[in-house]
Amino acid sequence: MSATTWVPVIGLEVHCQLGTQTKLFCGCANRFGAEPNTLTCPVCTGQPGALPVLNQHAFDLALRAALALGCDIAPWSKFDRKNYFYCDLPKGYQISQYDRPYCSGGGITLASGKHVRLTRIHMEEDAGKAVHDAGNTTRVDLNRAGVPLIESVTEADMTSSEEAHAYLVALKEILQYAGVSDCDMEKGSLRCDVNISVHPEDEPWRTKVEIKNLNSFRNVSLAIEHEIGRQIAAYEAGAAIAQETRLFDPDRGETRTMRSKENEADYRYFPEPDLPPIPVDAALLERERGLLPEPAAERRARYRTELGLSEYDAGVLTSERGVADFFEAAVRASHDGTAKDLTNLITNELLAGLAGDEIEASTIAELPCKPHQLAELVALTQDGTITKKAARSVVREMMKTGRSPAELVRELGLEQVQDTGQIEAWCRSALEAKPQVIDAVRGGNDKAIGACMGAVMQASGGSANPEAVRDTLLRLIRESD
Amino acid sequence: MTRFESYDATALRAAILAGELSAEQATRAALEAAESRGTALGAFLHVEGDAALARARALDARSRTDGEPGALFGVPVALKANMCLAGSPASCGSRILEGWRAPYDATFVERLLDAGAVPIGATNMDEFAMGSSCENSAFGVTRNPWDVSRTPGGSSGGSAAAVAAGIVPIALGSDTGGSVRQPAALCGTLGFKPTYGRVSRYGLIAYGSSLDQVSPFARSGRDLERVMGVISGADGRDSTCIEAPPLAIEPAPQDLTGLRVGVPAEYFPTDLDAGVRSAVEAGIDELRTLGAEVHEVRLPHTRYAIPTYYVVATAEASSNLARYDGVRYATRATGDGSLQGMIAATREAGFGDEVKLRILLGTYVLSSGYYDAWYGKASRVRTLIARDFETAFGEVDVIACPTSPSPAFALGEKTDDPVAMYLSDVMTVPASLAGLPAASVPCGALERDGRELPVGLQLIGAARDDAGVLGCARALQEARGPVAIAPMEGAAR
Ligand SMILES: [Zn+2]
Repeated sequence: MSATTWVPVIGLEVHCQLGTQTKLFCGCANRFGAEPNTLTCPVCTGQPGALPVLNQHAFDLALRAALALGCDIAPWSKFDRKNYFYCDLPKGYQISQYDRPYCSGGGITLASGKHVRLTRIHMEEDAGKAVHDAGNTTRVDLNRAGVPLIESVTEADMTSSEEAHAYLVALKEILQYAGVSDCDMEKGSLRCDVNISVHPEDEPWRTKVEIKNLNSFRNVSLAIEHEIGRQIAAYEAGAAIAQETRLFDPDRGETRTMRSKENEADYRYFPEPDLPPIPVDAALLERERGLLPEPAAERRARYRTELGLSEYDAGVLTSERGVADFFEAAVRASHDGTAKDLTNLITNELLAGLAGDEIEASTIAELPCKPHQLAELVALTQDGTITKKAARSVVREMMKTGRSPAELVRELGLEQVQDTGQIEAWCRSALEAKPQVIDAVRGGNDKAIGACMGAVMQASGGSANPEAVRDTLLRLIRESD
Repeated sequence: MTRFESYDATALRAAILAGELSAEQATRAALEAAESRGTALGAFLHVEGDAALARARALDARSRTDGEPGALFGVPVALKANMCLAGSPASCGSRILEGWRAPYDATFVERLLDAGAVPIGATNMDEFAMGSSCENSAFGVTRNPWDVSRTPGGSSGGSAAAVAAGIVPIALGSDTGGSVRQPAALCGTLGFKPTYGRVSRYGLIAYGSSLDQVSPFARSGRDLERVMGVISGADGRDSTCIEAPPLAIEPAPQDLTGLRVGVPAEYFPTDLDAGVRSAVEAGIDELRTLGAEVHEVRLPHTRYAIPTYYVVATAEASSNLARYDGVRYATRATGDGSLQGMIAATREAGFGDEVKLRILLGTYVLSSGYYDAWYGKASRVRTLIARDFETAFGEVDVIACPTSPSPAFALGEKTDDPVAMYLSDVMTVPASLAGLPAASVPCGALERDGRELPVGLQLIGAARDDAGVLGCARALQEARGPVAIAPMEGAAR
């Protein structure tokens, strides 16, 4: 008997917080990390008598996300109440969208060529956060209650953890590029649930299981791998898989039952009477379409064909929209042919600095140095004022202070010495110290000159123009015949 | 009782501005009346004497120097206990909100305060506005000042009794299916439910969100207009509020000559109380005398209104009342110590029977598998009822009918029979479902057990024709003369 080929069927539900200034239905700040319950008001704490009012900016961002994902925008949509009791849900219901979501369709084509279809995206408000102490106490923080979310639901189009992972990476990139969300999983602004089943090839789909609590892309992959294994093992042992919701335990790398189908809440959805239906007019759609940025995939292609960058460099630069925007602004402020130098400074210095501890900023846009200054710095290397090596030390200072490169070059004494008399003096003493270099070069070994070059550069504190040093050394060796 | 206590708000304000009495004196008189007659009637759940006097004194201090005095300058008002006045209790007549104080001002409260009104306290009500007799309050019943053995109606019975007994000239109630019009009729005051969305609901503690409207009681038509002029108008904090300027505070009196008044046969069933019938017919005759033409109209879906209402309102209520879980506010019960146990125990102990009944009903009609048959169908019937009215208002300007099928009933008479109780709203519920403006105006009285009981005539207008309904109500009231203050029959003096 040949082994069964099992086919996994995977769909994803991704919650993404929208990057608005304020919450979805009140004026409280939408901000991560504040003291508990300081970003609250009568509306988002569900005080008796308080009413929601839709934040138009949140709706605009949701529309932009839908446009970036190629969805069909509904001419009108409405909000519904999803009723359930939990301590982090102040009103006892979540304002969500049920049977009239604001968009449907759309999808993402992965780098592999695979197209993952979206069923729909809807808007809803986030719940607060319940923290269970070790004792018998639960504390509730409502700062997050009412933060705007979009929930995107895919068709069950994926068949492996790799595809699910690739989809999430692509989704995050698209949403970040559209300026919809920072998609930071650590802050909880991107959260993912997985629907998964397996079935033998050529057989119908089987019971699906939902996995919740996946707070990193890695955990999504791990959970899918584990769940595929668990389901196949169960079927092969002749057992059944129950339709249920499971939680992923990242410490043990496995999923366990959270609640079974019979215990699923009946959410008793009904139209939210406090909010009238939301029409979408053509002008608003047009405006949002105009605000859509060039997608990352298109930028990568352009960096390679128009700017001659490697695939690797183009990938690093477009990993975040902020970096790509910074790079492009620097390119616009520079002469042609400097893209590679700008790339090196951005990827080797700025991004490395941001990843380290010394720099306070966490994104490239927050750095005190600006794209046009980076362009000025590269111009200084191009006209020979400083070496590329010196440019690296300058940019490290710029990151901290935002001071102009010309000023820093002067202050740090990094101008290349063009004074031929001075360079010649350094070269003579270097050759005197290493006469064997003269013989080696005469013997045809030009590379031997490196030993003297190093000595001269050291003597000049790195400020001598290396080409001038090389020329002078060769001339002196010739002349010493 | 001082002579000022028979004044309406318009006259009282004028007297204060003329220096005949101070705002403080007016407030003090109202507080004393609340203490004596109010206590006898059970009209108030809470009286905020110090805060009210402080507000009144502040008004007296600034009246000479500051600009135009507000439209309710110095007028004492009562607020139903489901309205948010920052720092004041708003228990909604429920144990579950006992001791809870509103952390903010409702929009309409803010507007009342800006107009110089002086809130003196929170009035009794059926718990969470669920009831038609004020007997569902967790804190005792309110009595009808025309006969204290009878109910004032509900759910805004406390506000109705306070106005009828002359404690305050005006009070606010909320009307979801008749909760202002029915007690206005039973207590012999005017009451007005505006077009849905005319007054912001921000700060009105919700019962049925698609039906609730803040609605005033008064003893004169001009006062109704005045209060509506103050509290109506667009509000950025309520998305269902109509984008329109406030109504006029002092509109010109309406000439009823040629006004087409529709009388729907459906509202005059054969078993209608004979006293109610003759008083309402007298009221309609009065309109005719004022120049109106009377026509017959049909509202064929009227008989579906009560079941439709009890599906829609309870569905919304089951969700609106979910927030009373003991987590953030409300009286918490521990239960078995688990979260779900705490929530269940809190709600079990905090809600009264009628509230529990309606939450169960509402939960049922929204349940998966039942939604279409109940909530879905009710929503469609609601549209049909609204269409009936649209058709009728193609032919007439205003509809006249009884407000309540019977006069004030005895306390305890219907408490064991929820359906009989629900049917007391049969004439007010249709306009609520259609979101239409409707007033109740005293149109006569009948005698029961040797006591005179008032009867109300209901005037229903087309959507957004609040001014038309108010104008007609005022004309009828003025033609009939001043509204009498209730005699407190049967009360221990
Ligand atoms: Zn808030």
